Amino acid sequence: MITKRLLLGAAALALSAGAAQAQYSDNKVKIGVLTDLSGTYSDLAGSGSVEAAKMAVEDFGGKLNGIAIEVVSADHQNKADIASSVARKWYENEGVDAIFDLVTTAAAVAVREVSREKGKIDINSGAASTVLTNAQCSPTGFHWTYDTYALAVGTGNAVVKQGGDSWFFLTADYAFGHDLQAQTERVVKASGGKVLGAVKHPFPNADFSSFLLQAQSSGAKIIGLANAGSDTINAIKQAKEFGITQGGQKLAGMLVFLSDVHSLGLETAQGMQMTTGYYWDMDDSSRAFAKKFGERMKGKMPTMVQAGVYSSVMHYLKAAAAAKTDDGVKVADEMRKLPINDFFAKNGKLRADGRMVHDMFLVEVKKPSESKGPWDYYKVLRTIPGDEAYKPLAESACPALMKK
Amino acid sequence: MMTIFGIPAQALFGQLLLGLINGAFYAMLSLGLALIFGLLNIINFSHGALYMMGAFVAWLLLTVLGAGYWTALVVAPLLVAVFGMIIERTMLCRLYKLDHLYGLLLTFGLALVIEGVFRQLYGISGMPYAVPKELAGGWNLGFMYLPIYRAWVVMASMVLCLGSWLLIEKTKLGAYLRAATENATLVQAFGINVPVMITLTYGFGVALAAIAGVLAAPIYSVNPLMGSNLIIVVFAVVVIGGMGSILGAIVTGFLLGLVEGLTKVFYPEAASTVIFVVMAIVLLIKPAGLFGKRS
Repeated sequence: MITKRLLLGAAALALSAGAAQAQYSDNKVKIGVLTDLSGTYSDLAGSGSVEAAKMAVEDFGGKLNGIAIEVVSADHQNKADIASSVARKWYENEGVDAIFDLVTTAAAVAVREVSREKGKIDINSGAASTVLTNAQCSPTGFHWTYDTYALAVGTGNAVVKQGGDSWFFLTADYAFGHDLQAQTERVVKASGGKVLGAVKHPFPNADFSSFLLQAQSSGAKIIGLANAGSDTINAIKQAKEFGITQGGQKLAGMLVFLSDVHSLGLETAQGMQMTTGYYWDMDDSSRAFAKKFGERMKGKMPTMVQAGVYSSVMHYLKAAAAAKTDDGVKVADEMRKLPINDFFAKNGKLRADGRMVHDMFLVEVKKPSESKGPWDYYKVLRTIPGDEAYKPLAESACPALMKK
Repeated sequence: MMTIFGIPAQALFGQLLLGLINGAFYAMLSLGLALIFGLLNIINFSHGALYMMGAFVAWLLLTVLGAGYWTALVVAPLLVAVFGMIIERTMLCRLYKLDHLYGLLLTFGLALVIEGVFRQLYGISGMPYAVPKELAGGWNLGFMYLPIYRAWVVMASMVLCLGSWLLIEKTKLGAYLRAATENATLVQAFGINVPVMITLTYGFGVALAAIAGVLAAPIYSVNPLMGSNLIIVVFAVVVIGGMGSILGAIVTGFLLGLVEGLTKVFYPEAASTVIFVVMAIVLLIKPAGLFGKRS
């Protein structure tokens, strides 16, 4: 009996001693950037996101409380199964402590499930769907840069206020497109507008002329593009060709990245309004980051996703340093305590549902004559305060919150 | 107003016209594929990548050399055709005696390499390419607004397709080509340089893809994956038309453009699959394809 107690005590002692020493597992902090390195989203996230994460680690000093920080990256090819198996391998065999970027909702949700199960941190910058802070929320999961709710509020409200009160949607026929359309419809109707129709197009789709013609004959003042990437680019390019924009109808790109505008050219994209979480030419700090980023990325300016990866990695490192551990749950608690103040977010805060609440910006694409040079694309029309842009916490469908 | 299945007749005409325009691209690409398959026995999976190259070379000519659309329309196909002929001479020519599968694998691999190189160099979002000034604007046809450029695409495609068909079916050169497909040794015995003819044929098929690429540049996003999204559909077109049938490829190309156009009106969600449904049905009823001679 006594021996048993002794053994138990010794075991407990050994365990607690172990915990006190090994605050950082493997004596290393390992950051994984899991993103699309080869597909549709590789320009707006991709290697730029990996580079942004490396920049954050370098700017942090390369070491965390004397412990080395390492960055690894992988291509999830926008596929949920690949994403979850890489995440599992990283967590189980390679000592990765947190995963970043995770563009594409399907991949993001797959990784979220693994991270929640392992008690590891995932910070999403690239994916759009609000599901990450609602049905799929996690105590160690965060959504950093933007979401469909914020895009809808930002662009939807602004457009209706300017008189664009009747809408027709061109919607990518998968979860993200449906979500984006639903969120925007809600905003449009709430601000007194009406929705005249919608067409769900295959993803990806090259020729939009047929859908544009349907949108044209609907008579709607606004054609809402609830899609992304090359779909959005093709739709905008062809709307100009078919004289839709010249005919008085306006396009509202619900999710347009800086890289998309670069691809379209100002001649085609001018006048379009959209919502973004970051634009490089805002103030000295955002320009300084963009300049450094550009030097490493062949002159490209960062998209909001890439800037968000930098910001989220930096915040993670600060929290891991303050918490003196890389334990997912403890670092996540510390992350929620610390405010976020950097070139990306002013007084940003992490909510219980994992949402990083920060100001968003309504921007308009400049006319070619207004642009002073390459990448000088946006003028900021309005700053949308974070609390207005993001879904109120009280409305969150995050199961953990609803239990309380 | 007259309606057909609940859609105003005028709107339907517009959609049919758009279908025809898309069909023009299918026809040009499937014509090249059918030509290459018919004469070289190669299933050219790199066709989509070569189409993409056509568009990219046009963009490069514009940004690097300042050469406009019309120059690109001539120069880009020539450059890409030369590139294609080098591939044929150095790699494809070793595969003629082997099973189709080897050619398919090689060209598929080539497509991945070409797309990978362009993706590495130019990223994925694509490059801007404006409609040439001469063809900007459009006509109001009453039932729809027709961009002049789209009309030009249909016209160019029809001329090219008809020209190619005449060349192969009605000229002496075409007769040599067709004879060489049947029995290369015999044709060679008559003093005709069959290997050169095959190389030129491959070059011609590739040039057709590149022309389609240049024609597509002002309409679609010029990006490294623009071809891979299209190639599967074009293959289905060739299969439906009958592998190796020139006329089949052309007619089916336009026809399926129409079918797809109608699907986009009545049930848009199925627009990307309808061609494969047609393919399955055709293969069940007529395994050799609509215009195929043998089964």
